[in-house]
Amino acid sequence: MTNQHDNQSIPQHTYADTELLRFSTAGSVDDGKSTLIGRLLYDSKSIFEDQYEAVKTASERRGEEGVNLALLTDGLKSEREQGITIDVAYRYFSTPKRKFIIADTPGHIQYTRNMVTGASTANVSLILIDARNGVVEQTRRHAIIASLLQIPHLVVCINKMDLVDYGQEHFERIKDEFEKFASKLDVSDVSFIPISALKGDNIVNRSKNMNWYEGPTLLYYLENVHIASDHNFIDSRFPVQHVLRPYNDDYHDYRGYAGRVAGGIFKKGDEVMLLPSGFTTKISKIDSFDGEMDKAFPPQSVTILLEDDLDLSRGDMIVRPHNQPKISQDIEVMLCWFGQDKPIQIRGKYTVLHTTNEVRCLVKDIRYKLDINTLSRNQEDKSLHMNDIGRVVLRTTKPLYFDSYRTNRITGSLILIDEATNNTVAAGMII
Amino acid sequence: MDYHINHLRELESESIFIMREVAAQFENPVILFSGGKDSILMTYLAVKAFYPARVPFPLLHIDTGHNFPETIEFRDDLVNKYGLKLTVGSVQEAIESGMVTEEKGLNASRNLLQTAVLLESLEKGKYDAALGGGRRDEEKARAKERFFSHRDEFGQWDPKNQRPELWNLFNGKKSLGEHFRIFPISNWTELDVWQYLAMENVPLPSLYFSHKRKVFKRDGILLADSEFIFKKPEEEVFEEVVRCRTIGDMTCTGVWQSHAQTVQEIIEEVATTHQTERGGRTDDKRSDTAMEDRKKHGYF
Repeated sequence: MTNQHDNQSIPQHTYADTELLRFSTAGSVDDGKSTLIGRLLYDSKSIFEDQYEAVKTASERRGEEGVNLALLTDGLKSEREQGITIDVAYRYFSTPKRKFIIADTPGHIQYTRNMVTGASTANVSLILIDARNGVVEQTRRHAIIASLLQIPHLVVCINKMDLVDYGQEHFERIKDEFEKFASKLDVSDVSFIPISALKGDNIVNRSKNMNWYEGPTLLYYLENVHIASDHNFIDSRFPVQHVLRPYNDDYHDYRGYAGRVAGGIFKKGDEVMLLPSGFTTKISKIDSFDGEMDKAFPPQSVTILLEDDLDLSRGDMIVRPHNQPKISQDIEVMLCWFGQDKPIQIRGKYTVLHTTNEVRCLVKDIRYKLDINTLSRNQEDKSLHMNDIGRVVLRTTKPLYFDSYRTNRITGSLILIDEATNNTVAAGMII
Repeated sequence: MDYHINHLRELESESIFIMREVAAQFENPVILFSGGKDSILMTYLAVKAFYPARVPFPLLHIDTGHNFPETIEFRDDLVNKYGLKLTVGSVQEAIESGMVTEEKGLNASRNLLQTAVLLESLEKGKYDAALGGGRRDEEKARAKERFFSHRDEFGQWDPKNQRPELWNLFNGKKSLGEHFRIFPISNWTELDVWQYLAMENVPLPSLYFSHKRKVFKRDGILLADSEFIFKKPEEEVFEEVVRCRTIGDMTCTGVWQSHAQTVQEIIEEVATTHQTERGGRTDDKRSDTAMEDRKKHGYF
């Protein structure tokens, strides 16, 4: 056939071992976030000529001096008109070592929900500090969100070093200030890099202006930060997503449980327990389009077959008998409220999505509201409006099988849906 | 212990997860098939997601009547190979019935008319989820798109009021008459798509590979000559060695000078290119927010 092109004998290309790293940034108009992203894209040659030309033309039309790289990230008409980032924008670039997904979010307090969204899947949180201003309220808020969302790695870029004569004392002072504050947070891996996004110091190329700094450039950091253990490989969790029944002659007895491994490692022959039934059986096969697999681990999407024909459907979970998740109808969560129309209602009922499970819940109590600029707990005003974060007690109609969010970001997270509007109104991290 | 997968496998796993989520959450999903590499990839991933069962979604092709003949031939082969069901929404028929009116003038294209036919086909098929091959790296309005993108009863997109998407929890709840657009390959870039297609040895339409074709130049873009496109007298037709980077309607898809004859050569070309793939799409060049405007009204 002439119309099909068979790509036989393709050599293994150089990108076959590239890892994926997701990082989130938060920032406002003035702190140079857009310039930094523009610089990363530009210096890693990820901006195309026609994109650059389009941004250049748009900058000229707006009467701006120079090329406004912020226009690369602000995609919506209203964002361009107002010169702000409203929503999460996703940006992509890659080097031979890694492919990067940037979740670029606005930094202002009124967009906390967008920051939380961008942070939910990130391996690394990039926090920008203006070297002239040091740690400000917004810095603390971004670090607190990174800590709440358990982003494994934090990289603090002290920007605009060119405006403080590349002085080491500025860098050290801000670093000390941040470390003092961060000791109160739940973050383990923090790095500091002095940069100038505008001039390109320590972004892709080492700065000649800061010989006193011996650490990595930002790109080197992003290419090398250890992310292999960001998933939980200890506690085996397989939420059943979909049951595959082919109903044809070749596979008439086939019953495969499709899903994405949420934790631990599953192997053929492993003894497993099914939740909620509590029955035990063995894995007879781990299947995929590419053939049988001897093991499966996060974040692989696979199909598991069991030795016995037992009741198991979407929302149920396959675990190991000696390592079970918590099972309860009373759930304590740190909740970020997203709803625009109404604040959270005590005694209110919502739909809960947790792994592949769907239940309903009742809001039993709000323990406190968290001040996300200071981490202080407010027990007087406990109302949660849009962008507020607080500790909340939920009672679900059926038990959830969960881990604490600290242990597993997949089995420890949930969202609430308003049953009248169908909107996602809250994101919760189980304590 | 080495429990790590490369970025292509991770993207594949994410897309398969989305496909299975669609099958579980919706009653009557459909794959929007354009004939381009992204919808071929999507179909291939759907086959993988449900193996050894059949893909539980039919394909819907909105045919402008101005397609490259190679596209149609390839589409029919694909449908046969995987035992899929195909529905075609015809722009030609919509014009003949008076539902839509053809554009006039030099850059006339049926691109905008597709939206009306698409919305009508979705309504007719009672589809509640339409899977599209849109990617966030393609275009700035698409960079804001969700995996599960809600559409109101008029099929419209409200970019300022989108549902937040966290972790891998996807909210597909909707009221009567509303539907979802699903973008399973949101996080793939053009290079990822090509690398994956090469790795998996997926067959592709010949249009993507270098071939000789009659073309002419307009606004710096090479367009394929065809009976569907109006040419100014001074626009001279000549033969050139070209390939398509995107495949759409013949009236608005630019072709590129290229000698890439294998996927590997395409990867090398894409990795070193200086223009985005949609740089050759005259439908995007109509205004700075052409894509956002079309999407708000229900475009792919």
